[in-house]
Amino acid sequence: MITREPHIFDPPANVFAAAGRGIIMACQGTGQALLLLLGAAAQTPHLFSRKNRDDVMRQLYLVGIKSLGVVSVVALFTGMILALQAGLELRRYGQENNIGTLVCVSMLREMGPFMTGLVIAASVGSAIAAQMGTMTVAEEIAALDVMSINPLRYLMMPRLVALAVMLPLLTVYTNLLGIFGGAIVGATQLGVSLEAYFDNAFRYAENKDLYVGLFKAFLFGLIVVTVACHQGFAATEGAVGVGRATRRTVIVSFLLILVVGYFVTRMFYQ
Amino acid sequence: MIRFENVTKRFGAKTVLDGLSFEIEKGETFVVVGTSGAGKSVSLRHMIRLLTPDAGRVWVGDDCVNEAGGKKLERILGRFGVLFQSGALLQWLNVEDNVCLPLRQKSKRPDGEIRRLAAEKLALVGLEGVGDKTPDNISGGMRKRVGLARAIVTEPEIILYDEPTSGLDPVISRQIDLLIDDLRKKLGVTSVVVTHDLYSALYVGTRVAMLHEGKFVVCAPPEEFVASEHPIVRDFLQAQSIADMHDVRKAFGK
Repeated sequence: MITREPHIFDPPANVFAAAGRGIIMACQGTGQALLLLLGAAAQTPHLFSRKNRDDVMRQLYLVGIKSLGVVSVVALFTGMILALQAGLELRRYGQENNIGTLVCVSMLREMGPFMTGLVIAASVGSAIAAQMGTMTVAEEIAALDVMSINPLRYLMMPRLVALAVMLPLLTVYTNLLGIFGGAIVGATQLGVSLEAYFDNAFRYAENKDLYVGLFKAFLFGLIVVTVACHQGFAATEGAVGVGRATRRTVIVSFLLILVVGYFVTRMFYQ
Repeated sequence: MIRFENVTKRFGAKTVLDGLSFEIEKGETFVVVGTSGAGKSVSLRHMIRLLTPDAGRVWVGDDCVNEAGGKKLERILGRFGVLFQSGALLQWLNVEDNVCLPLRQKSKRPDGEIRRLAAEKLALVGLEGVGDKTPDNISGGMRKRVGLARAIVTEPEIILYDEPTSGLDPVISRQIDLLIDDLRKKLGVTSVVVTHDLYSALYVGTRVAMLHEGKFVVCAPPEEFVASEHPIVRDFLQAQSIADMHDVRKAFGK
Protein backbone atom coordinates (compact mmCIF):
# COMPACT_ATOMS: atom_id res chain seq x y z
CA MET A 1 0.00 0.00 0.00
CA ILE A 2 1.19 3.49 -0.84
CA THR A 3 -1.08 5.27 1.63
CA ARG A 4 0.95 6.07 4.73
CA GLU A 5 -0.13 6.53 8.28
CA PRO A 6 0.18 10.08 9.58
CA HIS A 7 3.21 10.66 11.80
CA ILE A 8 2.66 13.02 14.68
CA PHE A 9 5.77 13.93 16.65
CA ASP A 10 6.19 15.85 19.86
CA PRO A 11 8.17 19.08 19.39
CA PRO A 12 11.94 18.37 19.61
CA ALA A 13 13.48 19.10 23.01
CA ASN A 14 16.46 21.00 21.62
CA VAL A 15 18.39 21.81 18.46
CA PHE A 16 20.30 18.49 18.54
CA ALA A 17 17.07 16.49 18.80
CA ALA A 18 15.67 18.50 15.88
CA ALA A 19 18.81 17.87 13.79
CA GLY A 20 18.76 14.16 14.65
CA ARG A 21 15.12 13.86 13.68
CA GLY A 22 15.83 15.70 10.44
CA ILE A 23 18.65 13.26 9.55
CA ILE A 24 16.54 10.20 10.40
CA MET A 25 13.63 11.51 8.32
CA ALA A 26 15.92 12.31 5.38
CA CYS A 27 17.27 8.73 5.49
CA GLN A 28 13.75 7.31 5.73
CA GLY A 29 12.63 9.50 2.84
CA THR A 30 15.56 8.37 0.68
CA GLY A 31 14.79 4.73 1.43
CA GLN A 32 11.08 5.19 0.67
CA ALA A 33 11.88 7.00 -2.60
CA LEU A 34 14.24 4.21 -3.72
CA LEU A 35 11.61 1.59 -2.87
CA LEU A 36 9.08 3.52 -4.96
CA LEU A 37 11.52 3.59 -7.89
CA LEU A 38 12.21 -0.13 -7.61
CA GLY A 39 8.51 -0.88 -7.21
CA ALA A 40 7.58 1.11 -10.30
CA ALA A 41 10.49 -0.35 -12.30
CA ALA A 42 9.25 -3.83 -11.37
CA GLN A 43 5.94 -2.95 -13.06
CA THR A 44 7.52 -2.09 -16.43
CA PRO A 45 6.85 -5.60 -17.86
CA HIS A 46 3.16 -4.49 -17.88
CA LEU A 47 4.10 -1.56 -20.11
CA PHE A 48 2.17 -2.76 -23.14
CA SER A 49 -0.68 -4.46 -21.32
CA ARG A 50 -4.23 -3.41 -22.22
CA LYS A 51 -4.62 -1.82 -18.77
CA ASN A 52 -1.56 0.44 -19.00
CA ARG A 53 -0.93 1.08 -22.69
CA ASP A 54 -3.11 4.18 -22.97
CA ASP A 55 -1.68 5.77 -19.81
CA VAL A 56 1.88 5.20 -21.01
CA MET A 57 1.09 6.78 -24.39
CA ARG A 58 -0.60 9.75 -22.69
CA GLN A 59 2.41 10.34 -20.46
CA LEU A 60 4.84 10.03 -23.37
CA TYR A 61 2.83 12.70 -25.15
CA LEU A 62 2.63 14.98 -22.08
CA VAL A 63 6.34 14.72 -21.27
CA GLY A 64 7.69 14.71 -24.81
CA ILE A 65 5.42 16.72 -27.05
CA LYS A 66 3.96 19.18 -24.52
CA SER A 67 7.45 20.13 -23.31
CA LEU A 68 8.81 20.84 -26.78
CA GLY A 69 8.04 24.58 -26.70
CA VAL A 70 9.88 25.48 -23.54
CA VAL A 71 12.72 23.03 -24.27
CA SER A 72 13.18 24.61 -27.72
CA VAL A 73 13.56 28.13 -26.34
CA VAL A 74 15.91 27.04 -23.54
CA ALA A 75 18.02 24.90 -25.90
CA LEU A 76 18.37 27.57 -28.57
CA PHE A 77 19.36 30.29 -26.14
CA THR A 78 21.72 28.02 -24.20
CA GLY A 79 23.67 27.41 -27.41
CA MET A 80 23.54 31.10 -28.34
CA ILE A 81 24.79 32.24 -24.92
CA LEU A 82 27.57 29.66 -24.91
CA ALA A 83 28.69 30.75 -28.39
CA LEU A 84 28.53 34.45 -27.59
CA GLN A 85 30.40 34.24 -24.28
CA ALA A 86 33.07 31.91 -25.60
CA GLY A 87 33.28 33.63 -28.97
CA LEU A 88 33.90 37.09 -27.52
CA GLU A 89 36.81 35.75 -25.45
CA LEU A 90 38.25 33.60 -28.23
CA ARG A 91 38.09 36.50 -30.67
CA ARG A 92 40.71 38.33 -28.58
CA TYR A 93 43.11 35.53 -29.52
CA GLY A 94 41.83 35.11 -33.07
CA GLN A 95 40.38 31.69 -32.23
CA GLU A 96 36.69 32.39 -32.77
CA ASN A 97 36.50 29.66 -35.44
CA ASN A 98 36.77 27.13 -32.60
CA ILE A 99 33.46 28.07 -30.98
CA GLY A 100 31.82 25.20 -32.84
CA THR A 101 33.92 22.69 -30.92
CA LEU A 102 33.27 24.41 -27.62
CA VAL A 103 29.51 24.67 -28.09
CA CYS A 104 29.15 21.13 -29.44
CA VAL A 105 31.19 19.42 -26.71
CA SER A 106 29.59 21.53 -23.95
CA MET A 107 26.10 20.77 -25.19
CA LEU A 108 26.68 17.04 -25.64
CA ARG A 109 28.49 16.44 -22.37
CA GLU A 110 26.86 18.84 -19.93
CA MET A 111 24.55 21.58 -21.03
CA GLY A 112 22.15 19.47 -23.10
CA PRO A 113 21.19 16.94 -20.41
CA PHE A 114 21.57 19.47 -17.61
CA MET A 115 19.29 22.14 -19.11
CA THR A 116 16.74 19.55 -20.29
CA GLY A 117 16.74 17.96 -16.83
CA LEU A 118 16.14 21.29 -15.13
CA VAL A 119 13.35 22.29 -17.51
CA ILE A 120 11.61 18.92 -17.12
CA ALA A 121 12.05 18.98 -13.32
CA ALA A 122 10.47 22.43 -13.15
CA SER A 123 7.62 21.72 -15.58
CA VAL A 124 6.82 18.00 -15.58
CA GLY A 125 8.23 17.14 -12.12
CA SER A 126 6.26 19.86 -10.39
CA ALA A 127 3.11 18.87 -12.28
CA ILE A 128 3.50 15.22 -11.26
CA ALA A 129 4.08 16.19 -7.61
CA ALA A 130 1.03 18.48 -7.63
CA GLN A 131 -1.15 15.80 -9.22
CA MET A 132 0.01 13.00 -6.90
CA GLY A 133 -0.22 15.35 -3.91
CA THR A 134 -3.76 16.41 -4.76
CA MET A 135 -4.76 12.78 -5.27
CA THR A 136 -3.22 11.85 -1.92
CA VAL A 137 -4.97 14.55 0.11
CA ALA A 138 -8.27 13.89 -1.74
CA GLU A 139 -8.00 10.19 -0.74
CA GLU A 140 -7.82 9.10 -4.39
CA ILE A 141 -4.58 7.18 -3.72
CA ALA A 142 -6.21 5.54 -0.68
CA ALA A 143 -9.17 4.61 -2.91
CA LEU A 144 -6.80 2.96 -5.42
CA ASP A 145 -5.08 1.08 -2.58
CA VAL A 146 -8.41 -0.17 -1.25
CA MET A 147 -9.48 -1.26 -4.75
CA SER A 148 -6.15 -3.16 -4.89
CA ILE A 149 -5.12 -1.09 -7.88
CA ASN A 150 -1.38 -0.65 -7.39
CA PRO A 151 -0.62 3.10 -7.67
CA LEU A 152 2.95 2.22 -8.65
CA ARG A 153 1.66 0.37 -11.69
CA TYR A 154 -1.30 2.60 -12.48
CA LEU A 155 0.27 6.02 -11.81
CA MET A 156 4.03 5.90 -11.36
CA MET A 157 5.14 3.34 -13.95
CA PRO A 158 3.70 5.22 -16.99
CA ARG A 159 5.41 8.42 -15.77
CA LEU A 160 8.66 6.56 -15.11
CA VAL A 161 8.68 5.12 -18.62
CA ALA A 162 7.75 8.49 -20.15
CA LEU A 163 10.56 10.36 -18.40
CA ALA A 164 13.16 7.61 -18.88
CA VAL A 165 12.42 7.52 -22.61
CA MET A 166 11.62 11.14 -23.33
CA LEU A 167 14.34 12.89 -21.36
CA PRO A 168 17.16 11.36 -23.48
CA LEU A 169 15.18 12.07 -26.66
CA LEU A 170 14.55 15.65 -25.60
CA THR A 171 18.25 15.93 -24.79
CA VAL A 172 19.14 14.95 -28.35
CA TYR A 173 16.74 17.65 -29.53
CA THR A 174 18.27 20.17 -27.07
CA ASN A 175 21.77 19.31 -28.28
CA LEU A 176 20.85 19.85 -31.92
CA LEU A 177 19.02 23.13 -31.26
CA GLY A 178 21.81 24.38 -28.97
CA ILE A 179 24.46 23.66 -31.57
CA PHE A 180 22.28 25.34 -34.19
CA GLY A 181 21.81 28.37 -31.87
CA GLY A 182 25.58 28.63 -31.53
CA ALA A 183 25.89 28.55 -35.31
CA ILE A 184 23.46 31.45 -35.66
CA VAL A 185 25.45 33.58 -33.19
CA GLY A 186 28.71 32.53 -34.84
CA ALA A 187 27.47 33.56 -38.27
CA THR A 188 25.71 36.79 -37.24
CA GLN A 189 27.80 38.11 -34.33
CA LEU A 190 31.27 36.63 -34.67
CA GLY A 191 31.79 36.27 -38.40
CA VAL A 192 32.25 32.48 -38.29
CA SER A 193 30.86 30.82 -41.39
CA LEU A 194 28.41 27.96 -40.97
CA GLU A 195 30.78 25.63 -42.79
CA ALA A 196 33.68 26.45 -40.45
CA TYR A 197 31.42 26.25 -37.40
CA PHE A 198 30.02 22.79 -38.16
CA ASP A 199 33.37 21.52 -39.42
CA ASN A 200 34.87 22.45 -36.04
CA ALA A 201 31.82 21.36 -34.09
CA PHE A 202 31.98 17.71 -35.07
CA ARG A 203 35.76 17.37 -35.46
CA TYR A 204 36.50 17.00 -31.75
CA ALA A 205 33.17 15.65 -30.47
CA GLU A 206 33.24 11.92 -29.73
CA ASN A 207 30.50 9.34 -29.60
CA LYS A 208 31.26 8.97 -25.92
CA ASP A 209 30.21 12.58 -25.33
CA LEU A 210 26.79 11.82 -26.75
CA TYR A 211 26.35 8.52 -24.89
CA VAL A 212 27.43 9.93 -21.53
CA GLY A 213 25.09 12.88 -22.01
CA LEU A 214 22.19 10.56 -22.81
CA PHE A 215 23.02 8.36 -19.83
CA LYS A 216 22.88 11.45 -17.64
CA ALA A 217 19.53 12.42 -19.13
CA PHE A 218 18.19 8.94 -18.41
CA LEU A 219 19.32 9.24 -14.76
CA PHE A 220 17.81 12.73 -14.51
CA GLY A 221 14.50 11.30 -15.76
CA LEU A 222 14.55 8.68 -12.99
CA ILE A 223 15.43 11.35 -10.42
CA VAL A 224 12.59 13.68 -11.44
CA VAL A 225 9.87 11.02 -11.45
CA THR A 226 11.05 9.41 -8.20
CA VAL A 227 11.30 12.68 -6.30
CA ALA A 228 7.96 13.95 -7.68
CA CYS A 229 6.02 10.76 -6.87
CA HIS A 230 7.65 10.40 -3.45
CA GLN A 231 6.83 13.97 -2.49
CA GLY A 232 3.32 13.72 -3.93
CA PHE A 233 2.48 10.46 -2.17
CA ALA A 234 3.75 11.92 1.11
CA ALA A 235 1.66 15.11 0.86
CA THR A 236 -0.53 15.96 3.86
CA GLU A 237 -2.51 18.96 5.09
CA GLY A 238 -4.46 19.85 1.96
CA ALA A 239 -3.44 22.63 -0.40
CA VAL A 240 -0.52 23.71 1.79
CA GLY A 241 0.88 20.19 1.71
CA VAL A 242 0.49 19.98 -2.08
CA GLY A 243 2.33 23.30 -2.45
CA ARG A 244 5.09 22.05 -0.16
CA ALA A 245 5.43 18.80 -2.12
CA THR A 246 5.69 20.72 -5.40
CA ARG A 247 8.32 23.13 -4.07
CA ARG A 248 10.39 20.31 -2.56
CA THR A 249 10.21 18.35 -5.81
CA VAL A 250 11.75 21.21 -7.78
CA ILE A 251 14.44 21.92 -5.15
CA VAL A 252 15.44 18.29 -4.51
CA SER A 253 15.41 17.46 -8.24
CA PHE A 254 17.62 20.45 -9.06
CA LEU A 255 20.12 19.53 -6.34
CA LEU A 256 20.22 15.85 -7.30
CA ILE A 257 20.61 16.70 -11.01
CA LEU A 258 23.63 18.85 -10.14
CA VAL A 259 25.23 16.32 -7.82
CA VAL A 260 24.55 13.24 -9.97
CA GLY A 261 25.68 15.14 -13.07
CA TYR A 262 29.00 15.91 -11.41
CA PHE A 263 29.64 12.32 -10.33
CA VAL A 264 28.74 10.87 -13.73
CA THR A 265 31.16 13.31 -15.38
CA ARG A 266 33.85 12.30 -12.91
CA MET A 267 33.17 8.62 -13.49
CA PHE A 268 33.51 8.83 -17.28
CA TYR A 269 36.09 11.57 -17.80
CA GLN A 270 38.56 11.40 -14.91
CA MET B 1 -18.03 -10.73 9.92
CA ILE B 2 -15.89 -7.84 11.18
CA ARG B 3 -14.39 -8.02 14.65
CA PHE B 4 -12.29 -5.55 16.62
CA GLU B 5 -10.30 -7.07 19.49
CA ASN B 6 -8.98 -4.54 22.01
CA VAL B 7 -7.87 -2.15 19.25
CA THR B 8 -5.82 0.78 20.46
CA LYS B 9 -4.60 3.57 18.21
CA ARG B 10 -2.61 6.61 19.25
CA PHE B 11 -1.57 9.67 17.27
CA GLY B 12 1.24 11.29 19.24
CA ALA B 13 0.01 11.78 22.79
CA LYS B 14 -3.68 11.42 21.82
CA THR B 15 -5.29 8.00 22.22
CA VAL B 16 -7.99 7.85 19.55
CA LEU B 17 -9.11 4.23 20.01
CA ASP B 18 -8.69 2.84 23.50
CA GLY B 19 -9.00 -0.95 23.57
CA LEU B 20 -12.05 -0.90 21.30
CA SER B 21 -13.84 -4.24 20.89
CA PHE B 22 -16.97 -5.00 18.91
CA GLU B 23 -18.34 -7.35 16.28
CA ILE B 24 -20.43 -6.66 13.20
CA GLU B 25 -22.71 -9.46 12.00
CA LYS B 26 -23.25 -10.39 8.37
CA GLY B 27 -26.04 -8.41 6.69
CA GLU B 28 -26.35 -5.70 9.31
CA THR B 29 -25.83 -1.97 8.90
CA PHE B 30 -23.58 -0.88 11.72
CA VAL B 31 -23.36 2.86 12.26
CA VAL B 32 -20.64 4.61 14.24
CA VAL B 33 -21.53 8.10 15.44
CA GLY B 34 -19.58 10.59 17.48
CA THR B 35 -18.28 14.12 17.57
CA SER B 36 -15.65 15.37 15.12
CA GLY B 37 -12.26 13.89 15.97
CA ALA B 38 -13.77 11.10 18.07
CA GLY B 39 -12.09 8.46 15.88
CA LYS B 40 -15.01 7.29 13.74
CA SER B 41 -13.10 7.35 10.45
CA VAL B 42 -10.03 5.97 12.22
CA SER B 43 -12.00 2.86 13.21
CA LEU B 44 -13.29 2.51 9.63
CA ARG B 45 -9.78 2.83 8.19
CA HIS B 46 -8.55 -0.02 10.36
CA MET B 47 -10.96 -2.38 8.57
CA ILE B 48 -9.26 -1.76 5.22
CA ARG B 49 -5.68 -1.50 6.49
CA LEU B 50 -5.31 2.20 5.74
CA LEU B 51 -4.36 2.30 9.43
CA THR B 52 -2.91 -0.43 11.61
CA PRO B 53 -3.57 -0.67 15.34
CA ASP B 54 -0.86 0.02 17.92
CA ALA B 55 -2.36 -2.87 19.88
CA GLY B 56 -5.14 -5.37 19.25
CA ARG B 57 -6.44 -7.04 16.11
CA VAL B 58 -9.00 -6.41 13.40
CA TRP B 59 -10.63 -9.49 11.85
CA VAL B 60 -12.61 -9.77 8.64
CA GLY B 61 -14.09 -13.26 8.65
CA ASP B 62 -11.23 -15.54 9.63
CA ASP B 63 -8.54 -13.18 8.37
CA CYS B 64 -6.60 -10.80 10.58
CA VAL B 65 -6.41 -7.59 8.52
CA ASN B 66 -3.50 -5.99 10.32
CA GLU B 67 -1.28 -9.04 9.84
CA ALA B 68 -2.21 -9.74 6.21
CA GLY B 69 -0.04 -8.75 3.27
CA GLY B 70 0.33 -9.33 -0.46
CA LYS B 71 -2.29 -11.54 -2.09
CA LYS B 72 -4.06 -12.26 1.20
CA LEU B 73 -4.59 -8.55 1.86
CA GLU B 74 -5.74 -8.11 -1.74
CA ARG B 75 -8.27 -10.90 -1.21
CA ILE B 76 -9.53 -9.29 2.00
CA LEU B 77 -9.80 -5.86 0.37
CA GLY B 78 -11.67 -7.46 -2.52
CA ARG B 79 -14.53 -8.13 -0.09
CA PHE B 80 -14.94 -4.37 0.50
CA GLY B 81 -16.41 -1.47 -1.40
CA VAL B 82 -15.64 1.92 0.10
CA LEU B 83 -17.39 5.24 -0.32
CA PHE B 84 -14.89 7.90 0.72
CA GLN B 85 -15.95 11.19 2.25
CA SER B 86 -15.04 13.18 -0.86
CA GLY B 87 -16.05 10.46 -3.31
CA ALA B 88 -12.33 10.09 -4.24
CA LEU B 89 -13.08 10.00 -7.96
CA LEU B 90 -10.17 10.30 -10.38
CA GLN B 91 -10.53 13.76 -11.87
CA TRP B 92 -9.22 12.99 -15.36
CA LEU B 93 -11.65 10.13 -15.90
CA ASN B 94 -15.30 10.67 -16.71
CA VAL B 95 -18.06 9.20 -14.56
CA GLU B 96 -18.36 5.99 -16.57
CA ASP B 97 -14.60 5.36 -16.62
CA ASN B 98 -14.42 5.99 -12.86
CA VAL B 99 -17.06 3.34 -12.24
CA CYS B 100 -15.41 0.96 -14.73
CA LEU B 101 -11.95 1.46 -13.19
CA PRO B 102 -11.87 -1.39 -10.62
CA LEU B 103 -13.14 -3.92 -13.16
CA ARG B 104 -10.85 -2.71 -15.95
CA GLN B 105 -7.82 -2.92 -13.68
CA LYS B 106 -8.65 -6.07 -11.75
CA SER B 107 -10.70 -8.30 -14.04
CA LYS B 108 -10.32 -9.84 -17.47
CA ARG B 109 -13.91 -9.18 -18.52
CA PRO B 110 -14.47 -7.70 -22.00
CA ASP B 111 -14.90 -3.94 -22.08
CA GLY B 112 -18.51 -4.16 -23.31
CA GLU B 113 -19.52 -6.20 -20.28
CA ILE B 114 -17.67 -3.81 -17.94
CA ARG B 115 -19.55 -0.86 -19.43
CA ARG B 116 -22.85 -2.67 -19.07
CA LEU B 117 -22.16 -3.41 -15.40
CA ALA B 118 -21.13 0.20 -14.79
CA ALA B 119 -24.33 1.48 -16.41
CA GLU B 120 -26.33 -0.96 -14.26
CA LYS B 121 -24.73 0.32 -11.04
CA LEU B 122 -25.11 3.95 -12.10
CA ALA B 123 -28.81 3.28 -12.67
CA LEU B 124 -29.02 1.65 -9.24
CA VAL B 125 -27.77 4.85 -7.59
CA GLY B 126 -30.11 6.94 -9.71
CA LEU B 127 -27.56 8.29 -12.17
CA GLU B 128 -28.39 7.60 -15.78
CA GLY B 129 -27.05 9.56 -18.72
CA VAL B 130 -24.19 11.25 -16.85
CA GLY B 131 -21.50 8.74 -17.82
CA ASP B 132 -19.64 11.17 -20.06
CA LYS B 133 -19.45 14.00 -17.50
CA THR B 134 -16.25 14.60 -15.54
CA PRO B 135 -16.30 14.70 -11.71
CA ASP B 136 -15.81 18.48 -11.60
CA ASN B 137 -18.95 18.95 -13.72
CA ILE B 138 -21.33 17.21 -11.32
CA SER B 139 -22.67 18.17 -7.89
CA GLY B 140 -21.31 16.95 -4.54
CA GLY B 141 -24.26 14.62 -4.08
CA MET B 142 -23.78 13.13 -7.55
CA ARG B 143 -20.06 12.65 -6.86
CA LYS B 144 -20.94 10.63 -3.76
CA ARG B 145 -23.39 8.54 -5.75
CA VAL B 146 -20.76 7.91 -8.45
CA GLY B 147 -18.36 6.92 -5.65
CA LEU B 148 -21.02 4.54 -4.39
CA ALA B 149 -21.56 3.07 -7.87
CA ARG B 150 -17.80 2.49 -8.11
CA ALA B 151 -17.82 0.89 -4.65
CA ILE B 152 -20.53 -1.61 -5.60
CA VAL B 153 -19.49 -2.37 -9.18
CA THR B 154 -17.30 -5.26 -7.99
CA GLU B 155 -20.27 -6.59 -5.97
CA PRO B 156 -18.54 -6.55 -2.58
CA GLU B 157 -19.81 -8.29 0.55
CA ILE B 158 -19.15 -5.28 2.76
CA ILE B 159 -19.66 -1.59 1.98
CA LEU B 160 -18.01 1.09 4.09
CA TYR B 161 -19.44 4.60 4.07
CA ASP B 162 -17.22 7.37 5.43
CA GLU B 163 -19.45 10.37 6.24
CA PRO B 164 -21.78 9.71 3.28
CA THR B 165 -23.92 12.80 3.92
CA SER B 166 -21.32 15.35 5.06
CA GLY B 167 -21.30 18.56 3.06
CA LEU B 168 -24.65 17.81 1.44
CA ASP B 169 -27.92 19.70 1.85
CA PRO B 170 -30.65 17.96 3.89
CA VAL B 171 -32.66 16.87 0.85
CA ILE B 172 -29.69 15.23 -0.89
CA SER B 173 -28.57 13.76 2.46
CA ARG B 174 -31.90 12.00 2.88
CA GLN B 175 -31.67 10.71 -0.71
CA ILE B 176 -28.26 9.19 0.06
CA ASP B 177 -29.65 7.61 3.25
CA LEU B 178 -32.55 6.09 1.32
CA LEU B 179 -30.05 4.79 -1.21
CA ILE B 180 -27.90 3.15 1.51
CA ASP B 181 -30.99 1.49 2.93
CA ASP B 182 -32.14 0.46 -0.52
CA LEU B 183 -28.74 -1.09 -1.37
CA ARG B 184 -28.78 -3.16 1.81
CA LYS B 185 -32.19 -4.49 0.92
CA LYS B 186 -31.41 -5.12 -2.77
CA LEU B 187 -27.84 -6.42 -2.46
CA GLY B 188 -27.98 -7.91 1.03
CA VAL B 189 -24.58 -6.49 1.88
CA THR B 190 -23.05 -5.80 5.27
CA SER B 191 -22.60 -2.05 5.73
CA VAL B 192 -20.56 0.07 8.08
CA VAL B 193 -21.46 3.75 8.16
CA VAL B 194 -19.51 6.48 9.90
CA THR B 195 -21.44 9.70 10.39
CA HIS B 196 -22.22 12.52 12.79
CA ASP B 197 -25.72 12.87 11.30
CA LEU B 198 -28.00 11.09 13.79
CA TYR B 199 -31.04 11.18 11.50
CA SER B 200 -29.02 9.25 8.95
CA ALA B 201 -27.60 6.89 11.59
CA LEU B 202 -30.95 6.06 13.15
CA TYR B 203 -32.67 5.58 9.80
CA VAL B 204 -30.13 3.33 8.04
CA GLY B 205 -28.62 1.54 11.05
CA THR B 206 -29.58 -1.83 12.42
CA ARG B 207 -27.22 -0.97 15.30
CA VAL B 208 -25.84 2.43 16.26
CA ALA B 209 -22.67 2.88 18.33
CA MET B 210 -21.60 6.11 19.99
CA LEU B 211 -17.81 6.52 20.04
CA HIS B 212 -16.47 8.69 22.83
CA GLU B 213 -12.90 8.89 24.15
CA GLY B 214 -11.85 5.82 22.21
CA LYS B 215 -14.67 3.52 23.32
CA PHE B 216 -18.30 2.84 22.51
CA VAL B 217 -20.37 4.32 25.30
CA VAL B 218 -23.59 2.92 23.80
CA CYS B 219 -24.02 0.29 21.07
CA ALA B 220 -27.64 -0.64 20.46
CA PRO B 221 -30.45 -0.87 17.89
CA PRO B 222 -31.86 2.57 16.95
CA GLU B 223 -34.90 2.39 19.24
CA GLU B 224 -32.72 1.54 22.26
CA PHE B 225 -30.12 4.10 21.25
CA VAL B 226 -32.71 6.89 21.20
CA ALA B 227 -33.97 5.80 24.62
CA SER B 228 -30.46 5.71 26.11
CA GLU B 229 -29.93 7.80 29.25
CA HIS B 230 -26.20 8.13 28.69
CA PRO B 231 -25.39 11.88 28.98
CA ILE B 232 -23.15 11.93 25.87
CA VAL B 233 -25.91 10.30 23.80
CA ARG B 234 -28.56 12.60 25.26
CA ASP B 235 -26.45 15.67 24.40
CA PHE B 236 -25.98 14.39 20.89
CA LEU B 237 -29.69 13.68 20.42
CA GLN B 238 -30.70 17.05 21.83
CA ALA B 239 -28.19 18.90 19.66
CA GLN B 240 -29.93 17.42 16.60
CA SER B 241 -33.47 17.85 18.06
CA ILE B 242 -34.30 14.15 18.14
CA ALA B 243 -36.66 13.08 20.94
CA ASP B 244 -37.66 9.67 19.60
CA MET B 245 -37.77 7.52 16.45
CA HIS B 246 -40.94 9.34 15.36
CA ASP B 247 -38.78 12.45 14.65
CA VAL B 248 -36.46 10.35 12.51
CA ARG B 249 -39.24 8.72 10.52
CA LYS B 250 -40.87 12.11 10.02
CA ALA B 251 -37.64 13.48 8.55
CA PHE B 252 -37.79 10.70 5.97
CA GLY B 253 -41.51 11.26 5.30
CA LYS B 254 -42.50 7.91 6.81
